[in-house]
Amino acid sequence: MPRNNKLKKILVIGSGPIVIGQAAEFDYAGTQACQALKEEGYEVVLINSNPATIMTDTNMADKVYIEPITLDFVTQIIRQERPDGLLPTLGGQTGLNMAVELARAGVLERENVQLLGTQLTAIEKAEDRDLFRDLMRELEQPVPESVIVTTIEDAVDFSNEIGYPIIVRPAYTLGGTGGGICANETELREIVASGIRYSPISQCLIEKSIAGMKEVEYEVMRDANDNCIVVCNMENFDPVGVHTGDSIVVAPSQTLSDREYQMLRSASLKIIRALNIEGGCNVQFALDPFSFQYYVIEVNPRVSRSSALASKATGYPIAKMAAKIAVGYTLDEIVNPVTGQTYAMFEPTLDYIVSKIPRWPFDKFINANRKLGTQMKATGEVMAIGRTFEESIHKAVRSLEIGAHRIHLKDASELDEDTLRLRLQKPDDERMFLVAEAFRRGYQLQDIQDLTNIDWWFLDKIEGIVAFEAELRGASVLSKELLYQAKRKGFSDRSIAEIRREGNQSTYTNEFDIRAYRAELELKPVYKMVDTCAAEFEATTPYYYSTYEVENEVTESDKQKVLVLGSGPIRIGQGIEFDYSTVHAVWAIQKAGYEAVIINNNPETVSTDFSTSDRLYFEPLFFEDVMNVIEQEKPIGVIVQFGGQTAINLAAPLTKAGVRILGSSLESIDTAEDRKKFEALLRELNVMQPQGSTVTSVDEAVAVAQGLGYPVLVRPSYVLGGRAMEIVYSDEELLTYMVQAVKINPEHPVLIDRYMLGKEAEVDAICDGDTVLIPGIMEHVERAGVHSGDSIAVYPPQSISRELQQKMVDITIKIARGLNVIGLVNIQFVIFQDEVYVIEVNPRSSRTVPFLSKVTNIPMANLATQAILGTKLADLGYVEGLWPEDEFVSVKVPVFSFAKLRRVDPTLTPEMKSTGEVMGRDQQYAKALYKGLVGAGMRIPPTGSIIATVADKDKPEAIEILRGFYELGYNIIATGGTATALEEAGLRVKTVNKLSEGSPNILDLIRDGQAHFVVNTLTKGKTPERDGFRIRREAVENGVVCMTSLDTVRALLNMLQTINFSSRPMPVLAQK
Amino acid sequence: MQARLLLEDGTLFTGLGFGAEGQSSGEVVFNTGITGYQEVLSDPSYCGQIVTMTYPLVGNYGITRDDFETVAPFIHGFVVRRHEPIPSNWRAQYTLDGLLKEHGIIGISDIDTRMLTRILRHHGTMKGILTTGAERVEELQERLSATPLMRDQVARTSTKSIFTSPGDRERIVLVDYGAKSGILRELTKRGCDVVVVPQDTTAEQIRKLNPDGIQLSNGPGDPKDVPHAVKMIQELLGEYPIFGICLGHQLFALACGADTSKLKFGHRGGNHPVKELATNRCYITSQNHGYTVLEESVAGTKLEVTHINNNDRTIEGLKHTELPAFSVQYHPEAAPGPLDSSYLFDQFLEMIRTTKQNNPQKPRQAQLAASLRGELQYAQK
Repeated sequence: MPRNNKLKKILVIGSGPIVIGQAAEFDYAGTQACQALKEEGYEVVLINSNPATIMTDTNMADKVYIEPITLDFVTQIIRQERPDGLLPTLGGQTGLNMAVELARAGVLERENVQLLGTQLTAIEKAEDRDLFRDLMRELEQPVPESVIVTTIEDAVDFSNEIGYPIIVRPAYTLGGTGGGICANETELREIVASGIRYSPISQCLIEKSIAGMKEVEYEVMRDANDNCIVVCNMENFDPVGVHTGDSIVVAPSQTLSDREYQMLRSASLKIIRALNIEGGCNVQFALDPFSFQYYVIEVNPRVSRSSALASKATGYPIAKMAAKIAVGYTLDEIVNPVTGQTYAMFEPTLDYIVSKIPRWPFDKFINANRKLGTQMKATGEVMAIGRTFEESIHKAVRSLEIGAHRIHLKDASELDEDTLRLRLQKPDDERMFLVAEAFRRGYQLQDIQDLTNIDWWFLDKIEGIVAFEAELRGASVLSKELLYQAKRKGFSDRSIAEIRREGNQSTYTNEFDIRAYRAELELKPVYKMVDTCAAEFEATTPYYYSTYEVENEVTESDKQKVLVLGSGPIRIGQGIEFDYSTVHAVWAIQKAGYEAVIINNNPETVSTDFSTSDRLYFEPLFFEDVMNVIEQEKPIGVIVQFGGQTAINLAAPLTKAGVRILGSSLESIDTAEDRKKFEALLRELNVMQPQGSTVTSVDEAVAVAQGLGYPVLVRPSYVLGGRAMEIVYSDEELLTYMVQAVKINPEHPVLIDRYMLGKEAEVDAICDGDTVLIPGIMEHVERAGVHSGDSIAVYPPQSISRELQQKMVDITIKIARGLNVIGLVNIQFVIFQDEVYVIEVNPRSSRTVPFLSKVTNIPMANLATQAILGTKLADLGYVEGLWPEDEFVSVKVPVFSFAKLRRVDPTLTPEMKSTGEVMGRDQQYAKALYKGLVGAGMRIPPTGSIIATVADKDKPEAIEILRGFYELGYNIIATGGTATALEEAGLRVKTVNKLSEGSPNILDLIRDGQAHFVVNTLTKGKTPERDGFRIRREAVENGVVCMTSLDTVRALLNMLQTINFSSRPMPVLAQK
Repeated sequence: MQARLLLEDGTLFTGLGFGAEGQSSGEVVFNTGITGYQEVLSDPSYCGQIVTMTYPLVGNYGITRDDFETVAPFIHGFVVRRHEPIPSNWRAQYTLDGLLKEHGIIGISDIDTRMLTRILRHHGTMKGILTTGAERVEELQERLSATPLMRDQVARTSTKSIFTSPGDRERIVLVDYGAKSGILRELTKRGCDVVVVPQDTTAEQIRKLNPDGIQLSNGPGDPKDVPHAVKMIQELLGEYPIFGICLGHQLFALACGADTSKLKFGHRGGNHPVKELATNRCYITSQNHGYTVLEESVAGTKLEVTHINNNDRTIEGLKHTELPAFSVQYHPEAAPGPLDSSYLFDQFLEMIRTTKQNNPQKPRQAQLAASLRGELQYAQK
């Protein structure tokens, strides 16, 4: 069927901010969709609240709205734009839920907007547990015994009848928020209560647990002519019980015979047909390892995280095809873009093995519960491709950047036997490594299988890897044959060297010797193409992976090349913003006439779309792998400044290996990161920074802290996203920090700075060696002490004087020159007693680049790349200094995923905790802030109730702010001390019991939904048992906004005051 | 143990041997299926061929007694990137290695199978020789050029004697040109009373079996190597409904006056798109063939093209415009591959029922009596 000509204008809804369960994969999907629709000549209108995305670039759609994805705002845009169609299936659960809301509110009908791709009934059938089960029964597809409940009692009755364990799945939530597996009634009551709260329709599915079965997924596509294909199937390393987003996954399935494969394939097709989906769909199955019995676990009637993975795993661009199908095309008439000669109507076949490993935030949240269950906790993922499982999984491990480069954790050998067994039984993020540890300790495969339920096949592979390591360890001579075997199994030179060191071998005990040895033996990897068809048809996609075989498929090219290093998996502190910059760098390189080569390993992103660059190497961002690509491609140089800390960390070894770094040199990077050199530079430039010192022992730390005077800011050197950075107020706290958060020694020093409680601001600038262009200054709402990534940032500054702004501009220019920056630089300032201090300088692309690029309309990553390649900013018409301010005010609001991470304290600290961001933009600051907060998920009633519990030191300030809310008609609820203080200040307050004062207390109030906001400032000491922690967690778990910085509260108040009408009594005439 | 594969063009692959030891030659082909290696290597259509699996890990789920497509495989060699010695699946009863050893089939692993596939794609399928011995390459080369490609695969793979698979519905004569068990399975599943006959069964012999329909099976090699089958089909066309699969499809086409030719590297895998022209619908199909019916040869015959390959536009399905007979180039019985086209068997049975309705036959006793009387009259003359 040809293109639908009745449609002219199509609205695409994005997925909003990055949260756990909904990450960069929807930028990839949305970008593809917008491009596909534009390619077909449609006018595309896009709405997404997330500025850190490629899809919100103005060249991606005809009109881009960065506005909150809420019924009100989307309705307004629909009224304004009058689109003919709405494509809701590419914006994740957010996009889908929005479409449902619009349809239910009658907006679509009223405004005559046609839902494209998936019909409302299909969404409902797939998402509503009851309708879904009915449909499955109708299709004779087995589902586990279950019941839909809206009360805890119903859940308990059912579970007591069919027995535990029981799985709780709240309806319409993403990443399984609020769900979990319960082993008994107590756990059930707790989880169901939270599930009902998180479900927008207060509904949970209580289901018999099928944990332990094989988990298999199918990515299916269908068009209007009922043509159906399976793009890819995947098998989870972790059996059912761990959320698929938290599972290690391989593609294709490894342990299914053709009978099983086809049985589930047929079931998937039956389901997508019954749902009448026109586009992509994901079906998850549980398969009994001992029979043909299977269960349908879940159906996602949209493009998903798994489809992004499937697209990258096969080369088949699911989102693009889904968009074309949505406007009427059928699979048999869409050309397969990979081969250019066959059609989209076929099933990709792989001739390699793909491994995906999730990336969890537990390195940052040391208190978080690491156990994995039905609620997703990973922030990102890596993917690797190899010709054997061993090769593939090894590459994936070293892509993770968790300090491991093989299936080996340094500390695992210290675990006692009981802990090891327990952790094998109850999966956490390190389970695969612990399986290897168990083999190293001589566990039998069957034992491990009994404990983990992981399929024999995977365990056998890991056992084989461990056995091979032993062989390497024991070989006094590293023969060519043995080394070749090791490389074929995906061992890195570094791993081989480490293993040989373990065996006390005398030769080849460091990676560079092995590298040299390999060069001598000409033992190099070859590159194979990902072509969707296992070489059956000729393909020209420049999408490669390395392996140790015979034929190299990389085609020669005589153009000059530039290599860009990507940023790897999404994690807290290094998110989608870096992919945004990477993609822009690639485009700028191409425009400058070079071939852009990219290395990255994150399957969710736009940068790993093979159509983004001239050549894509899906490889670990690991020295050896990067060097291999460099030797293959011989680029004129490597750009490291767009790939976050991942790429920056490679600058040193690459420089040492003789590779040319384009843009700011290793020396600049090192000067900015090395405390001593940095201090010297600032002194030379006459720029102030907070006093501080580097210490290498605990005693030294205490002495320095006492010298500076508490509070002090402590952090390890070489930080990423403020990892393990804290403000400490006493010797005692300092000592606790030293023990818990860092391993201090001369090689890993700790930095201690005087903590200045001032206003923070930040600047991103571009320097070409001559001109320093500053697109804008961003003011932070929260004072110093809250990580810049967690602060609300405002552009242009609202409360910083022109004079101070000019000071920042001057300092930026000085530093950019003094540091010899070529490309981007990010500088963070604190303003303390009218003086500007520099806190941090990063000579690289930062988190704020996409936001600032969008609000100032300066293509920063593009200009930086041009500068790196030698173009002068002056020749492009830019002048030195601060770019004129925009007339609109833009606000960047952080978004957190606390609900998914139990035991993590939602308090804002110097340690970054947010996973994503949204933007609010309007003519006035208050309106922009309102949009930002609403976009970030805050519900802001014109009036309501606030619960306040405030530390003594904050009381005077808090009273003033709360008075403002009181005057707006808000009810103030407070505990003892705070209540008294407020009453003394003349506010009428409802007093509520503290936790220690018995029920009903503050927690009950929060749980009962009686509060709209919780204001809680931190009392000292961070043991989770503290009341404050419980209050904050209770708020998060009940979806109540919890503010821990009074600055945020004040900003909210000012916003409400501006937006609301104010009623005041007439002034009483003065009586003289 | 070292094993080598030498191609006609001189390319030599050195890898590890598994399965049997020795030397063996044949046409080297590749299959792109990810699952289904057991069905592939036991599919008689691969008779005399050295089969490469493009998916690199083979043996993962072992071998089960349930998934054989014939009792003893006919392949001349099995080529994989990596042979997985330890299977994991609840149905696994043997290992791949064990199976190959048992049937004297040489396997080679640890070679660059993607490179091999690319060579075959580029040059077309070619002869190759596999060895686990230490022969000199020149010796292998000589041996290779001295060994012609087989032409009698159909005779080798077909049943030598007639046998039945009883059922209580339509009687189907399944002519076995190297039939996969899957075809019999599909017919039996539908209650058919199946009589499997050898490939050289004549029209007269088939008539004696009183079939309701004739199923022409798949099989190995060039359809032109089985001229007697073409003759049989020509004789029975119109007399009984006919359904041809794969080689059966090509034989049916030849019988109706069309022509066939060899494809460069054939279609082998479970992901081939076939378009049904009447509905414009596409199906993902399982395929294994090196020959195809030539499109231009169909003009002027009583054949109509019903299906084409959506990629290379080759003919995938034919039907007779006047008589109850149709055929497909692909495998509706799947095994391995997608089950999407199994409806064709229902279509065949439907065709048989309609044909019967349209040509109401006299009751059997009347028929018999009439023919007996005819013979009697002849005797009286």
